[in-house]
Amino acid sequence: MALKQTPSQTVGPFFAYGLTPEQYGYPFTGISGGDLVTGETDGERIRIEGRVLDGAGEPIDDAMVEIWQADGQGRYAHPHDPRGSNTGFKGFGRVGTGVDPERRFIFHTVKPGSVDGRQAPHINVTVFARGLLMHVNTRIYFADEEEANARDPVLALVPPERRSTLIAQREVTPSGIVYRFDIHMQGDRETVFFDV
Amino acid sequence: MSITYKPRDWASQPHFIDSGYKSTALRGPTKPLIPIPQSLSELTGPVYGHESVGPLDNDLTRNARRDGEPLGERIIVTGRVLDEDGRPVPNTLIEIWQANAAGRYIHKADQHDAPIDPNFFGGGRCVTDAEGRYMFYTIKPGAYPWGNHHNAWRPNHIHFSLFGPSFLTRLVTQMYFPGDPLLDYDPIYQSVPAGARERLVSRFSLDVTQPGFALGYEFDIVLRGRHQTPMEE
Repeated sequence: MALKQTPSQTVGPFFAYGLTPEQYGYPFTGISGGDLVTGETDGERIRIEGRVLDGAGEPIDDAMVEIWQADGQGRYAHPHDPRGSNTGFKGFGRVGTGVDPERRFIFHTVKPGSVDGRQAPHINVTVFARGLLMHVNTRIYFADEEEANARDPVLALVPPERRSTLIAQREVTPSGIVYRFDIHMQGDRETVFFDV
Repeated sequence: MSITYKPRDWASQPHFIDSGYKSTALRGPTKPLIPIPQSLSELTGPVYGHESVGPLDNDLTRNARRDGEPLGERIIVTGRVLDEDGRPVPNTLIEIWQANAAGRYIHKADQHDAPIDPNFFGGGRCVTDAEGRYMFYTIKPGAYPWGNHHNAWRPNHIHFSLFGPSFLTRLVTQMYFPGDPLLDYDPIYQSVPAGARERLVSRFSLDVTQPGFALGYEFDIVLRGRHQTPMEE
């Protein structure tokens, strides 16, 4: 039986009470938020922060960002990964950009390991927003993984002058290690989005 | 054998920049997407099953009651989540959110002056069963005005969010109601090519309708299908 895929529609401006209720202070339990780390999670603790910017360079205050990542040993908490994460790390985070005064998304997580020995450590990202009729996918790579990034088969598919849009800059702050990663929907620095 | 997923059916999808839907002009990407192979990063995905759903989460007529029943027309929304080959997608999380019967969202940013219903929140979730089936009890959402153009009104709709079995099968969409006259004027619905947009319209079903209680609507959702291929290495 051949069926046709259901088309996508925008997440709209009012997703927060359904999808990110706790972050926005609604009386409903969400499945996930910005903090992926549990007590027993192995790996280097990091914070990822960034904004989603529109074509005029303005931060979007009604975007939703999801991340999907491997644990510190490069294992995904999913049955398709035969190694399986055994640290209680689910690897999924979801936040909206409407709560932080600077319109940032902020994730507290661990730096992922390389998932298959070939790919550099990376975090898979999905962006939703009012005005975005279908979500877009990108990846966060890490500036301090220069050698691994140079060998990464996905980065190799990206024109060299656009690769920097995928690389988060590392900064050591008093409150820990921060990677900054802005997502540009349009413009000269438009983030590379993937057809996955 | 290993599993990979069939490509996104671009002919069924809206364009990122849509002249009728103004907010797309500065928000849709303008450069071509770069195709990448499906690695473990794409073939895995978030796993949220029954443990993430509470007992009243699929009943929006009851999950926010304070001092009575929510106002409006009680409805049942049910259907199956399938892949392109008609295989059920079992044990996958569906999250929904919607306006109340008056066309007002509980969201703090909704400025429409229609009334809030103290007994209705508008958020829910459930997990598909072994046959990919899901069911919600809710209230039929009202239409509401928005600022896209003069006299713009969104048709009645329910927002749906699904994961499916992998990162690749993620879908956020909207379900509409049959016979809604606003569909012809709604740039968000019209952004989907003709021939595909009709898949977003639920079907009224007398079989699903419960006598003396609630009208029934059926809405099936189709996610990307899969290939079974020999291992590459």
